[in-house]
Amino acid sequence: MKNKSLVSITDFSKSDYLKILDLAEEYERHPVKDILKGKVVATLFFEPSTRTRLSFESAVNKMGGKVIGFSDSSSTSVTKGESLYDTIKIVSNYCDLIVMRHPLEGSARFASEIATVPVINAGDGANQHPTQTLLDLYSIRKTQGKLDNLTIFMVGDMKYGRTVHSLLMAMSQFNATFHFISPDELKMPEEYKIHLRSVGLRFYEHKDFTDIISEADIIYMTRVQKERFSDLIEYERTKNAYVLKNKMLVNTKENLRILHPLPRVNEIDQDVDQSPKAYYFAQALNGVYIRQAIISLILGLN
Amino acid sequence: MKDKILEVSAIENGTVIDHIPPKALFKVIAILGLDKIDNQMTLGSNLQSKKLGKKAIVKLSEIFFPDKDINKIALVAPQAKLNIIKNYKVIEKKVVEIPDDIIGIVKCMNPKCITNSERIITRFKVVSKNEVKLKCYYCEKITDQDNMEII
Repeated sequence: MKNKSLVSITDFSKSDYLKILDLAEEYERHPVKDILKGKVVATLFFEPSTRTRLSFESAVNKMGGKVIGFSDSSSTSVTKGESLYDTIKIVSNYCDLIVMRHPLEGSARFASEIATVPVINAGDGANQHPTQTLLDLYSIRKTQGKLDNLTIFMVGDMKYGRTVHSLLMAMSQFNATFHFISPDELKMPEEYKIHLRSVGLRFYEHKDFTDIISEADIIYMTRVQKERFSDLIEYERTKNAYVLKNKMLVNTKENLRILHPLPRVNEIDQDVDQSPKAYYFAQALNGVYIRQAIISLILGLN
Repeated sequence: MKDKILEVSAIENGTVIDHIPPKALFKVIAILGLDKIDNQMTLGSNLQSKKLGKKAIVKLSEIFFPDKDINKIALVAPQAKLNIIKNYKVIEKKVVEIPDDIIGIVKCMNPKCITNSERIITRFKVVSKNEVKLKCYYCEKITDQDNMEII
């Protein structure tokens, strides 16, 4: 993994994932390590994402490194018309690693070709956000004690949600059984179903969010976004049909944990927060450990 | 009658590209860069064809393409046939085959793809050849036959 960019979850192998998760566990036990002393990490956020940026910066700081960068592009040369190509060429000179969030899809792959230092994709439009997926994997393994043979329910927007697509690709290497619960407008795209069939995994599609979740080891909630609907009446009708409430957890398994990439709007009722099965806030904390692990493996400093 | 018409424009040495769908003729010209070369060439369009109903044909004097170049036209003219001519005789017949990778010919249909806002040579993996589907190397989205635009 040393000096390799992380653009897409498919860039790394199953053994790479496990190596990252193991190291993240180590960081959870000992978060402060001075191994990035003298190193500079550039966080280039061409569009704002507070949570992702702060978790990367927290990870760098805990390891003794320094951060340069910007949190939105309005204060940079981009407003003067500078190309991404030029920005990356220049910034490569100033740092040992680039962490980038950009609204255009494929921007991270492009940056990784130009940069003379490794690039970590912190989200390129609706395309990829691999560190989110790795922290989801970490959260799953931590709460279930394993990654193999789990039953995963994904709820909400299966069509546009990049986090569910990446998680599906990653978990399909661990013999998972999938259930997709979504309105017809937001069903899982055919290409992902083709993938699951080709690797021989079972999946089920549901329209109603009911007591079928009793088999679930993991429920992965996502936001149903208004802008995805052409028919706003249809949106009003569906938005409340995919909300998780505490009373729905009555017959669920003891080991069930509820994940959500956050931010949530109303798709998880606040009454779920008190449940021991709610894991979404702890999930966000895991993001720091996983990013410490990724950064140190890519810089070859672990 | 048709044979006679073709005889008139027969070439001594070169390449004949036959069975091009008429709508794809100008795309073939663009893909092969025929608008930028000085060789003698004859173009015919909306000719009778048993196979396609109507077809277009291109005859290029003294031009022979490497397979990797000519295969690019399979994107727009999958049924195209090549006749390689030496001394007025067909010495070889070839069909075109869609390559596994398409570099720099097609525009990514995703308006939010980085290749549509920076100067980048596009790159696609061909994920389906029957009904052409191209997966962008950058944004990972699919550009299909109906939305394919030749740069």
